[in-house]
Amino acid sequence: MIEEVGTSTDGDLIINIGPQHPSTHGVLHLVVTLNGETVKKVEPHLGYIHRSIEKMCESLSYRQFIYVTSRMDYLSSHINNLGCAHAVEKGLQVEIPERAQVIRVLMSELTRLASHQLWWGAMAMDIGAITPFFHAFREREMINDIMEETCGARLTMNYMVPGGVMYDLHPDFQKKVKEFVQFFRSKFDEYDELLTGNVIFQARTKNVGIISKEDAISYGCTGPVARAAGVSCDVRKLFPYDVYGKLQFDEVLMEAGDSFARYQVRMGEMRQSLSIIDQLIDNIPEGEFQAKTKAVLKLPKGEYYSIVETARGELGVYIISEGGMTPYRIKFRSPGFSNLSALDHMARGSKIGDLVAIMGTLDLVIPDIDR
Amino acid sequence: MSFIKEYIRTVYRAVSSLLKGMKLTGYYFTHHKEIITQNYPENRDTLNLPERFRGEVVLTHNEDNEHRCTGCTACELACPNGTIKIITQFDVNEEGKKKKALNTFIYHLELCTMCNLCIVACPTDAIKMAQNFEHSVYDRSKLTKTLNAPGSKLMEGVE
Repeated sequence: MIEEVGTSTDGDLIINIGPQHPSTHGVLHLVVTLNGETVKKVEPHLGYIHRSIEKMCESLSYRQFIYVTSRMDYLSSHINNLGCAHAVEKGLQVEIPERAQVIRVLMSELTRLASHQLWWGAMAMDIGAITPFFHAFREREMINDIMEETCGARLTMNYMVPGGVMYDLHPDFQKKVKEFVQFFRSKFDEYDELLTGNVIFQARTKNVGIISKEDAISYGCTGPVARAAGVSCDVRKLFPYDVYGKLQFDEVLMEAGDSFARYQVRMGEMRQSLSIIDQLIDNIPEGEFQAKTKAVLKLPKGEYYSIVETARGELGVYIISEGGMTPYRIKFRSPGFSNLSALDHMARGSKIGDLVAIMGTLDLVIPDIDR
Repeated sequence: MSFIKEYIRTVYRAVSSLLKGMKLTGYYFTHHKEIITQNYPENRDTLNLPERFRGEVVLTHNEDNEHRCTGCTACELACPNGTIKIITQFDVNEEGKKKKALNTFIYHLELCTMCNLCIVACPTDAIKMAQNFEHSVYDRSKLTKTLNAPGSKLMEGVE
């Protein structure tokens, strides 16, 4: 039951935040019940950017539907495409060449870095600091240039195809990535200097928006939101796909579960991504970049499920096939939806200014939640 | 007393951490070599886009006005949005045999999402992605394009 905006019977103020509000990062609509400045209840309303992607995918073939998923979580579009490609490959039972697997992991980690950089800048802007936004975009631009060179697009790449990747790497790829890693390492301390060590920033994020380990599990939180509460849920570690099983990296875990812990988890993940890129960039094996597949893909009758770790958490792709050229049903389990559902629990009792800070650390991408 | 001391210490810490950040901002303000932004409409002539950049689909023609499209409609079938429409005709060769050939290659730029699936699907490498990205026009009907040049024909030896 949607409550009317205005004053409720017991004197609480009910206001709208969004759907057009700069701090909600898109068309998120929150109906907030306030007692003075204290948040009593947060009710997210969805549906403003629903494009029925799941239904659209049912009318597209197994090669075609992957490009639509770039439009869900557009900040980690590579990883969305990868999840779909995995699900189709499970049905086709094809062996992916080692080179393609390494390229996929490299691209996923670059995407994760780009996504976390944008989050870092946007979150700082939510709290009131403008400068970090420009610093973050400077580094993100380098990743976008690398993507543009190899994949042909900057945001919606459609580079992962069933059987491997669409093109081989650009000859300059290794050089550019090494340059970027070196540059980003030297600038990473600036990030800490500008924001992490700032006392005002710490005061606004520490002990704010706390979620316990049990609550994080029961709300179905994944990704940095759950890992900040101490839940070990990194798909790359627990169910390794592609070459993640052979790599040395740590799952960043925190115990506090507050906004600052979520911040620290993402900063730690950026360092881990850099170390993964370091391990792979000199060891890209030679060989095919795509396995041989038929021109028209047909999945045998059955159900296929694959999970990948996007920058925001666990993305599940569930395909039911009737044996035809198009899927019978596709369902995406998006990480943002579950993380958003915990917002009410986190924000209750905090001040309205902190609500925006909590939303910032959740790293919401609304098209991913609505689809 | 300790309360006031603590208060002053907090203010001092906040101001000093602010100044630390401002120091970095000031560094970039005075070091113009670190500026990475480009003056886009002014630098059009020197703008270098990567070879694989997806701007729009074009049908390549050589200097004799010949293209490589056989009219097989593989790209039309690969397109997820119905962007490409190929109209074919039957050419009669000297031996009197009928052969399928391209009549009109219609490309709806307004529907295209630059997913590159048509380029990958083409068996004769007839189409490719061009680097042009300035597509704004005043009339939307201008975005529907015919890609094969008037009077063009199939290149010799392309099956």
